Amino acid sequence: MKNSAADLHAGIRLTGKWHNGNYPLIRKLGSGAIGTVYLTKRNGVDAALKISEKRTSMTMEMNVLQSLKKVQGHFLGPCLFDTDDYVSPSGQLYTFYVMEYIQGSRLDTYIKAKGVEWLPVLLLSLLEDLDYLHQAGWVFGDLKLDNLVVSENPVRLRWVDVGGTTQLGRAIKEYTEFYDRGHWGMGSRKAEPTYDLFALAMTALEIMNGGRFPKGDTPKSTIRKALSRADKLRPILEKALSGKYTTATAMKQDLVKHLMKNKAPASAATPSRVAKSNRRKAGLGECVVLSFYGIACYVLYLLQ
Amino acid sequence: MKPSTLKQILLITDGCSNRGEDPAAVAALANAQHITVNVIGILEEGHTEHSLSLDEVENIAKAGGGVSQLIYKQALTETVQMVTKQAMTQTIEGVVNRELKQILGPGNTLDDLPPEKRGDVLEVVEEISETANLEVLILVDTSASMHHKLPVVKEALIDLSISMNARLGNNKFAILGFPGKRDPAVKVMEWTERLENVSSVFPKLATGGVTPTGPALREAIHEFSRQSLPKRTDGISEYEEFGS
Repeated sequence: MKNSAADLHAGIRLTGKWHNGNYPLIRKLGSGAIGTVYLTKRNGVDAALKISEKRTSMTMEMNVLQSLKKVQGHFLGPCLFDTDDYVSPSGQLYTFYVMEYIQGSRLDTYIKAKGVEWLPVLLLSLLEDLDYLHQAGWVFGDLKLDNLVVSENPVRLRWVDVGGTTQLGRAIKEYTEFYDRGHWGMGSRKAEPTYDLFALAMTALEIMNGGRFPKGDTPKSTIRKALSRADKLRPILEKALSGKYTTATAMKQDLVKHLMKNKAPASAATPSRVAKSNRRKAGLGECVVLSFYGIACYVLYLLQ
Repeated sequence: MKPSTLKQILLITDGCSNRGEDPAAVAALANAQHITVNVIGILEEGHTEHSLSLDEVENIAKAGGGVSQLIYKQALTETVQMVTKQAMTQTIEGVVNRELKQILGPGNTLDDLPPEKRGDVLEVVEEISETANLEVLILVDTSASMHHKLPVVKEALIDLSISMNARLGNNKFAILGFPGKRDPAVKVMEWTERLENVSSVFPKLATGGVTPTGPALREAIHEFSRQSLPKRTDGISEYEEFGS
């Protein structure tokens, strides 16, 4: 660990031990508990390279990315291009992988610049992804502000770090206290869809409260106080925090309702009819209706 | 695959041992009996590593086949569960590595496999650490300087229980405090699946006295052979049977 600063820095090129891929480390994009991410080029296209001497954790992350690849008809997690080892001149062994470079801004920065009404709209796209992820048998786990990026064209909220992604029913692999329901005494650390929805609600609270807040002696009243700044999103976030949404789709549905109610110009006649039929229990049709719904309100926001 | 049992001692201390045998030697003895020794050293606020011997903490964990970490008390909660999990993975990986060497010949460790193959092996490691039974004996230093840190230790142990109870495998925890009035260590909490009960025992912990880390560790080892578990025959833990 001590050599890593000397071994790895922007400007060097590294070659993989097994697949001989050659990658320049162009610029440091960030670093976390597990490793450091650099901007690199692969076949002339920007890509992100994550490298670390923590072999086990890195390999587990690759396993997750590999499995997500199989359900990638939808944007689930960054696309994985290459996995390899690198032996530095000093003899230190590193493990690295090359993935899709997702360019964008932090969610809080984006909201600050564009306005808080963007928050529920962006959450819609993420909830859709989460639902796909959950259906594929995974829970994201370490859902937090730092792991989310708003990518442009189309505007979409995406996750960038799958380090905490855990198989459904197991113990959450990696989490951050503020977003962890166990920390707040509001649930277990078992990987369930409700775990992600709690973390997502905390992310929203963090943004609307202008930052994280400490647990305090009575966690529940701390949360209640934070919720009071959530304005109209309050009932939805409250339900997410108390585990009342068992699927991401259920939360998304409520968000859509809220969004349509909130801004209902004359042209929104069709969607409001949909809202009524929506209350009836529907199967596949519901999904179609919902995505139409999502698109409609998204367009409304763009036009306003 | 059979469920296996991993045994760990988690030593939480804020000072150097100053009484009795060398704790590192006792830790090596534990490791020889398939008990991993992890050490968390809590630093005094405003002090750097001088208040606590980094070497001692590292040496005990190294001899005990475990993980060590020096931290300030605010970081205790995340560290306790990180160290526990890391040590589990490390132990299982060690076993897997030995198996690999046996099957594929010397020079075949996880590092000698290309990342794709390694992924398959580590999936098994992950599977075992999720389903294995875990026994953790928590050995808490209760010398005078620890007094104001004990509430944080309590919080961290409750949190550890939240993390471990989310696993598919079973857990057992027991707590020893050291020094005891007459003995090097005294049992604070019997083996239990619910570490949350720690809230009721912590107020009873008396603080004060010397730091007989070595003899206390020896007590901790004894604690493993004293507890009776179904299907236990001798000191050899069942994870050794992995792969057979």
